[in-house]
Amino acid sequence: MRIVPAGDRALVADFGNVISEDVNRKVNALKKSLLAEKAAGVREMIPTYRSLLVEYDPAVISMQELSRRIEAASLGGAQAEAEKKRVLEIPCCYGGQYGEDLAGLSELTGLSEKEIIDIHAGTEYRVYMLGFLPGFVYLGGMDERIAAPRLKSPRVSIPAGSVGIGGSQTGVYPMASPGGWRLIGMTPVSFYDPNRGKPVLCEAGDYIRFVPIPPEEYERQIKEGGAS
Amino acid sequence: MSVLVKTPGPLTTVQDEGRFFYQSSGIRPSGVMDGAAYEAANALVGNVKGEAVLEMTFLGATLEFQSAAWFALTGADMQAKLDGVPVERYRAVRAEAGQTLAVGMAATGCRGYLAVWGGFDVPLVMGSRSTDVSAKLGGFEGRALKAGDVLPTLAADDWTPTDLCYEPPVYESEITVRVVPGPQEEYFTAAGVDTFFSAAYEISPNSDRMGLRLDGPEIERISGTDIVSDGIVFGSIQVPSGGVPIILMADHQTAGGYAKIGTVLSFDLPKLAQARPGDVVRFEKISAEDAQKLY
Repeated sequence: MRIVPAGDRALVADFGNVISEDVNRKVNALKKSLLAEKAAGVREMIPTYRSLLVEYDPAVISMQELSRRIEAASLGGAQAEAEKKRVLEIPCCYGGQYGEDLAGLSELTGLSEKEIIDIHAGTEYRVYMLGFLPGFVYLGGMDERIAAPRLKSPRVSIPAGSVGIGGSQTGVYPMASPGGWRLIGMTPVSFYDPNRGKPVLCEAGDYIRFVPIPPEEYERQIKEGGAS
Repeated sequence: MSVLVKTPGPLTTVQDEGRFFYQSSGIRPSGVMDGAAYEAANALVGNVKGEAVLEMTFLGATLEFQSAAWFALTGADMQAKLDGVPVERYRAVRAEAGQTLAVGMAATGCRGYLAVWGGFDVPLVMGSRSTDVSAKLGGFEGRALKAGDVLPTLAADDWTPTDLCYEPPVYESEITVRVVPGPQEEYFTAAGVDTFFSAAYEISPNSDRMGLRLDGPEIERISGTDIVSDGIVFGSIQVPSGGVPIILMADHQTAGGYAKIGTVLSFDLPKLAQARPGDVVRFEKISAEDAQKLY
C-alpha cells in the first residue's frame, strides 16, 4: 500500500492498479477500521476496487497525522472483513418482457435461456465498489460463459431494477438511466431509494446472489412496494 | 417567508456545501461551485450553519419576495436590480414584501449566489439541501428552478443587520491555479508533465458543473491513461485517452477510470468556478507539504 495526496484535502491509500478480491478486501478492511476509529477531521471516504480515498479537513487533522493513522489502520489486514460475510438474496424475474435481451444472449452464447439463468443465479457476486449512479454496484465473479459485448446502440432509458450483463460484468440499474447492457431480468428490490432511511441497499464488501422468481411473484412484490 | 421564481435563468439551483458520506454509495457530492462566494453570502446575512443558497449561472433569476427578507448577492457581477434600483453585491440588502429582484447577465464571473437570512428551506436529503440534477436528488424537487416555483425560507421573525461587507473579488480572464501533482502522475512522461505545467489551456464551452473541459496541447503519456477506477475529489484533473485534461468540479462522479495528473488546490477552486468559456487557465505546481502550510 502507498499513501499519496489527492490535493490538499485528501489522501489516497492505494493498493495497486488491479481488480482482485484480495486487494478489494484490504480496501474494505481499511475503510472499516478507519470508520471504527472515528478520527476527527475525516469528511468522506470513497472505496474503489483498488484504493481508499480519504477526504479530510487539514485545519483539524494534518496530512502527516492522517497518513500515520491510515498506516496503522492498514496493519489490521483483511481479516476484519472475512468475519461476517453479508450475502443479499436478490429476487430476479428472468427473460420475456422482464429481460428482453435474454433470448439474444442465448443465441450469442449458444446456451439455452435456462442454462444462462442457472449460471447467473448460481454465482455469488462480490460488491467491489459502488459508483456511476447512486447505488450502482460493480459486481465481480461473473462466469465468462455468459459474458457478452454491450449493445451496439445503447437504450435511451432502462428502468430501475433492470438486471443486465455488459462485457464480463453483471449488475442492476438502481434508477432509470440510459445504458448499453444486455437486459436479462428485473428485480422488485429497490437498490436505491432516496426517501428510505438507508437510501442505498448494498455496500462494498457485500455479496449478492440472484434468486429466480416467476412473473406472478415479481408483480406481487412490486405491488407490495418491493421486497426491500 | 418565501420567494416566488418569475424567471429562473438557464440554470439556477439550490445548493449548500454538498452531500458527504454517501459517495461510497455512488452519490455525487454536488454543492456550490464557488465555496468562497457561498460562505461570504451566508456570512453577510448572518447565516452560520451552512444554509442553502441559490446558485445562478451566466444569467440570473427574477424573483419576487413574498415577504420581507434580508438577502445578499455574491460571486459573478450579475447587475442585479431591486424594483429597478441597482443592488450592491457583497453586503446585506433589505427587500420588502412584493419587491422584485431581477438578476441579469454576468458582466464578469460565471456564477452568482443569492443567500437569504435563514437560508432556503428545501428538505434535507442525506444531510444536504444541494441539488443533484443528474440523480434528481435534493434541492427543489431535484431539479433546476422553473418559473412559478415558490421557495420557502427558514427565516426567523427578523434580523438585525450588521455592517459587514466585503470587497467583491475581481475575476480575471487569465488565471493561474495551483496544483498538487498526482495521484497518477507516473502515467505521464516528464515532457508531458512539463507541458501541463507550462501550457495555456482555454476553458471549453462544453464545461458544466460536472467538469471543466479544456482546449490546449495534449499531455504526453507513457502508454494509456485507463486505470482501474479510483476515487475522485472536487478539483481532480483527469486525462482521458485524447490527452487533454478535464478538471472535475462540484458534480463530479465519485470514481473514475482515467489517470489523474494532479489536483487543484482547494483555495483556487473558486477561480475555476467563475471561469467562463474562452478564459485561459495555467497550472502551477505546489507540493502537498507546502499546501499544508497554508492552513
